[in-house]
Amino acid sequence: MDPIMLSRIQYALTTIFHFFFVPLSIGLVLLVAIMETLYVAKGKEIYKTMAKFWGKLFLINFAVGVVTGILQEFQFGMNWSEYSRFVGDVFGAPLAIEALLAFFMESTFIGLWIFGWDRLSKKVHLACIWLVFIGTFLSALWILAANSFMQHPVGFAMNNGRAEMNDFFALITNGQLLVEFPHTIFGALMTGAFVVTGISAYKLMKKKDVEVFRRSFNIAVIVGLVSSLGVAFSGHFQAQYLVETQPMKMAASEGTWTTTEDPAPWTVIASIDPEKQENSGEIKIPGLLSYLSYSKFSGSVKGMKELNAEYQQTYGPGDYIPPVRTTFWSFRVMIAAGGLMILLAMYGTYLAWRKKLEAAKPWFMRLMVFAISLPFIANTAGWIMTEVGRQPWTVFGYMTTEAGVSPNVSAGMILFSTIAFTAAYTVLGIVMVYLFVRKIKAGPYAVDKSEEEDESADPFGMDGGYSVVTK
Amino acid sequence: MGGIPLLLNELWFVLIAVLFIGFFFLEGFDFGVGMSTGLIAKTDRERRTLINSIGPFWDGNEVWLLTAGGAMFAAFPHWYATLFSGFYLPLVVVLLLLIGRGVAFEFRSKMKQQRWRKTWDVIILVASALLPFLFGVVFATLMKGLPIDDQMQMHAGFLDIVNPYTVVGGLSVTLLCLVHGLLFASLRTVGELRERALQMAQKLMVPLAVVLVLYAVLTYLMTDVFAVRGWALWIMAALGAAAFALAAYFIRQKREGWAFGMTGAVIAIAFASVFIGLFPRVMVSSLGSTFDLTVYNASSGPYSLKVMTIVACTLLPFVLGYQIWSYYIFRKRLNEQHHLEY
Repeated sequence: MDPIMLSRIQYALTTIFHFFFVPLSIGLVLLVAIMETLYVAKGKEIYKTMAKFWGKLFLINFAVGVVTGILQEFQFGMNWSEYSRFVGDVFGAPLAIEALLAFFMESTFIGLWIFGWDRLSKKVHLACIWLVFIGTFLSALWILAANSFMQHPVGFAMNNGRAEMNDFFALITNGQLLVEFPHTIFGALMTGAFVVTGISAYKLMKKKDVEVFRRSFNIAVIVGLVSSLGVAFSGHFQAQYLVETQPMKMAASEGTWTTTEDPAPWTVIASIDPEKQENSGEIKIPGLLSYLSYSKFSGSVKGMKELNAEYQQTYGPGDYIPPVRTTFWSFRVMIAAGGLMILLAMYGTYLAWRKKLEAAKPWFMRLMVFAISLPFIANTAGWIMTEVGRQPWTVFGYMTTEAGVSPNVSAGMILFSTIAFTAAYTVLGIVMVYLFVRKIKAGPYAVDKSEEEDESADPFGMDGGYSVVTK
Repeated sequence: MGGIPLLLNELWFVLIAVLFIGFFFLEGFDFGVGMSTGLIAKTDRERRTLINSIGPFWDGNEVWLLTAGGAMFAAFPHWYATLFSGFYLPLVVVLLLLIGRGVAFEFRSKMKQQRWRKTWDVIILVASALLPFLFGVVFATLMKGLPIDDQMQMHAGFLDIVNPYTVVGGLSVTLLCLVHGLLFASLRTVGELRERALQMAQKLMVPLAVVLVLYAVLTYLMTDVFAVRGWALWIMAALGAAAFALAAYFIRQKREGWAFGMTGAVIAIAFASVFIGLFPRVMVSSLGSTFDLTVYNASSGPYSLKVMTIVACTLLPFVLGYQIWSYYIFRKRLNEQHHLEY
């Protein structure tokens, strides 16, 4: 295999894996912060129990997110050194600011939160978890500022064959960032919410610690409803921005080969033949694509063939059509998962509001447990659509992915590292799921016997280290 | 006006140097504590106490490395690209070790089974020893020079990276971190563990002195940094020797706080010397000095540097402030005779 393909595979694998943990961390830390706020405001012990229980899951998840994030930063220099040289001036700045502004904050205040239950006053301790949330939020903002530059390069000038920043303000008010950030953040909050509602639903079905899990479900389902609606609305704005700035990605995600009629119909499913550049077996909803693209039921959308001809005019000969099937189907998977989550969150909120949760039908509870997988599917599909749909560009219109690879790194070296990281990540994934399941089974009131015998409470211990074991 | 952007290149070199020095000062002691779990802890509880002593800090310490990497990417993209792609395989190992070590702290105590604990303890031990070794090797190669061509591409073979000079460099950093970490452990514990940590640190001072002197001599013989920087490096060497002597004195006096400060000073002086020796180069080419990467030809544009300078100057006081506050909150010794207070 060639180094480019291998570097792509490695990037895809490590990024997708990393992005299982990041949104869950952001979502969980918000819920933990809300629970601890309720504890401080109302003084009820149950909220502290809840914050600690979900906090344990957050910490396991956070650890994996952090270590896989280190690899993300190193990877640019290791596998994509030409890319790093080309955009370091612009792309490096948000990365450095992310480290300075967000990583230090997260890591310091998470340390204070874990170890500080008895060292800090209630309010200061609460402030720590909110600062961790703000840290994760800022981290997402800066990393998406960097990503937005790749999707829609702004605030720079070409100089000596390199992109050099000349307008920092343009970089952080990039239209792409303004639509991408809310969509991703709502997606992250939704992830935390559906994990908490799913686990709570499971526990409620088993009638275990009902009080804790009913309250957890109620809080999370509201966050789930708000964020899933937020995802849908922000997604709509993102699609409209896409039509303007990356029409090829839009056309590919719709499987539109030739420019559509006016108004444009939305293709629900289709069998796509990239060789012949045509589709068969399409099911269409009239006018919907116009609405998605322009918020009105008129206007046609450009097809890939026309766009490819235009791009050839601008960028020279070549094939500018991304992998169409992948883009098309990942878009539909994302929308289907998102739509299902909105419906579930609505019904769940209704049940919580009418206090009918315990009488809820088993099918709904089972569906909520299954729904734990939905945000992960949607998040992954969303990123696949975004990143694959941008190909062959790594910086849209300026640098192709092929040109960004490290010239001095051999295929053998990349193959070795890909295998090593995949093996390490597989172990991490298995261990993490196993520890998650154990913690969930043990429940919020689990007191480990070894911990009682032990005079020293272990901050990394079974209980996550917050309990003082007094003798 | 013309002179100001040029100064920013130097400023960012200094900032990156400071970030690396901070990283080795801070993560240095948690590497050392990680290694000491295999040397001075006799029971699982003692290992736990040692790990607890770095519990609230190690993650934040590691961010110094991430920030150094990010700053390098932003301020000197060519340095970042040449270094990271050139050291591909060593960095794969570094990443695997960082990943393993990071989750080991979180995972080790989640289950009681002996085999589970042992596995993660071994990972903490091995990673804590190998990481400073690898960093030492890489920094030694930076001083010695690497085959970097006219395209700023580095094509290093095994012997370019692993040779007597770099191995001594690796050993120096590892031992230095170990002693530094033992002193941190003695500072954060009481009773027997504290005694053992101090004794072990005392025993290691002689071998440490030997490798450090050997490394300095080899540096004089095999690199041009003494020739290029002259008296500046001799002053650093003298300062380093003085700090080392004070560290030995304070260990004898059982004043571990001062001793810890002094080993920290040795680390800071050693890495400051590396950066002083390199400047204005960031990577020395063994194929000819015209191919050297310098703070001028490897840097971002002046606008980028200016923006980053403003951002860094605004944020750094806060970052330092809350990090110091966190050390202040967890300043008490861990007493494993009774119960740990958190």
